[in-house]
Amino acid sequence: MSIITTKGLTKNYGKIEAVRSIDLNIEKGEIFGLLGPNGAGKTTTIGMLCTIVRPTSGTAAIAGCDVIKEPAQVRRKVGIVFQDPTLDTVLSGRENLELHARLYGIPRAVREKRITEMLELVDLRQRSDDLTRTYSGGMRRRLELARGLLHRPAVLFLDEPTLGLDPQTRARIWEYIKRMAQVEQTTVVLTTHYMEEAEQVCDRVGIIDHGRIIELNSPDALKESMGGDTVMLKVKEPDLEKIRSLPYVSKAAVIDGLVEITMRNANQHLPDLLSHIQNVECVEIKVPTLSDVFIKLTGRDIREDAPEDSGGWVDSVVRYRQRGS
Amino acid sequence: MAMPDAANNGFIRRELMGIYAVWWREFKVFQREKSRIVSSIVQPLMWLFLFGSGVGASVSVSNINYQDYIYPGILAMLVLFGSVYFGLYIVWDRKLDVLKAILVAPVSRLSVFMGKVLGGCTDVTMQIIILFLFSFMFPSINPWGIPQALLLLFITSIALVSMGLALGSLFESLEGFQLISSFLIFPLFFLSGALFPVDDKLPFWLRGLVKINPLTYAVDGVRGALLNIHIFPFYVDFIVVTFFAVIMFLIGSVLFSRMK
Repeated sequence: MSIITTKGLTKNYGKIEAVRSIDLNIEKGEIFGLLGPNGAGKTTTIGMLCTIVRPTSGTAAIAGCDVIKEPAQVRRKVGIVFQDPTLDTVLSGRENLELHARLYGIPRAVREKRITEMLELVDLRQRSDDLTRTYSGGMRRRLELARGLLHRPAVLFLDEPTLGLDPQTRARIWEYIKRMAQVEQTTVVLTTHYMEEAEQVCDRVGIIDHGRIIELNSPDALKESMGGDTVMLKVKEPDLEKIRSLPYVSKAAVIDGLVEITMRNANQHLPDLLSHIQNVECVEIKVPTLSDVFIKLTGRDIREDAPEDSGGWVDSVVRYRQRGS
Repeated sequence: MAMPDAANNGFIRRELMGIYAVWWREFKVFQREKSRIVSSIVQPLMWLFLFGSGVGASVSVSNINYQDYIYPGILAMLVLFGSVYFGLYIVWDRKLDVLKAILVAPVSRLSVFMGKVLGGCTDVTMQIIILFLFSFMFPSINPWGIPQALLLLFITSIALVSMGLALGSLFESLEGFQLISSFLIFPLFFLSGALFPVDDKLPFWLRGLVKINPLTYAVDGVRGALLNIHIFPFYVDFIVVTFFAVIMFLIGSVLFSRMK
């Protein structure tokens, strides 16, 4: 069942076409990643789905509620974690959640229990009475995740949830995201430009470039579309015919003195492959990554125009000013 | 358009909870920033005891001590500065993205605005109450007039917090602060009769400016309540200040709702 559907969703800022006619169906319970370089339209798309940005044309519905006609209902059904931190640093962790609970109309009877439950889920219960200005970057992100899920949204939007964090913290945040999506049975829509991270977390990814979704599939299927894995061997007198005759091999050629073999599931078939070849001196396996897929589709590396880690608020102010104009 | 009662009640309940949530946040901030409260009280006290004693040594007005005479004016000053700066502070909130999380919640902008206004008024009223604790040091003050004065100052605060929020919605950086201080807050203060009597001795142009300043009516009403010295009857002061508050509230809520 689709929890998010968009038809021809479009946003123009003056003459700039930020998002061009996006058709999406996101299934209930999946973790969906929107991948693309800075300025590709990821944040604008999420903004439209959360009713922060008004679409120029097209429609979008979340759990059956139209983002243009029923914004209040949509807002109640979504949780958002913004790219830039939005915690109230004058308040403690618990107070931040209390404020959010009241804004989302969570009844007093369940409020305390729910807040404690979420603080436990992100392992912040011990620190919950400290002001959030004393929290580390990773702790702040975790509290924001807890806040985003506090009112049991049908969909949780995460805009670059690991931006500006160190690699270890990033890995932990992804663990929390996966765990929380599972415990809370929430659909998660996220944007990121860390391809290898998206690969591990997302059930499906949509690659977005210049405001269009140019490819949409599971990470495995996208990688398979690259034609399989590449194995390079250093061999004296290779028997190419024999290699080509193996069922899992699709191509084999000698390039720069190395035998380059394109095949399915190299990790699994390598022992068998090697058993057919004599005198192998050296082996290298190259498994395609989402980054390779991205380069193939767009002709450039996503990191070439990765978002800058600081000065984000200026961008967000600019985005907000443009809203509705 | 008829709405089922249940849905209607739910809507009103949620909006009220939203107003309360925003107010609650402001109140927490107020409780935490003790140094700010101290400094905001010290300044009016300096006006009363340093400026007031200095000028009062050679000046008395309407047969009372100059310090006592300006006490109502200094209360109005505290309301003016405290309220407008409170409102302007949203520029900073927006810069730090604190408001962003509140503005995407399923609560109307009007409710967020109301919560902010109430939060600011509470903040200022608490400071006024602290200043009232010093009123025993001014022998001419009639303590029975305090509730009436407090009411008028509260309404004035609604007007001025709304004005601050309205301006804060328009500005995107803190650079505008100096301009607003110089060209709005100080003129409103000096032209309110807070520090001098508004009588026939004033040059006509100054008297004219003082009479079109809504803050004059707040000062006059408070001075009437506390010292029984006034130009206008209390009901006139009350009506003018209330009208000012309604207008500012409307302008503020519109600008705040349009804020990006």
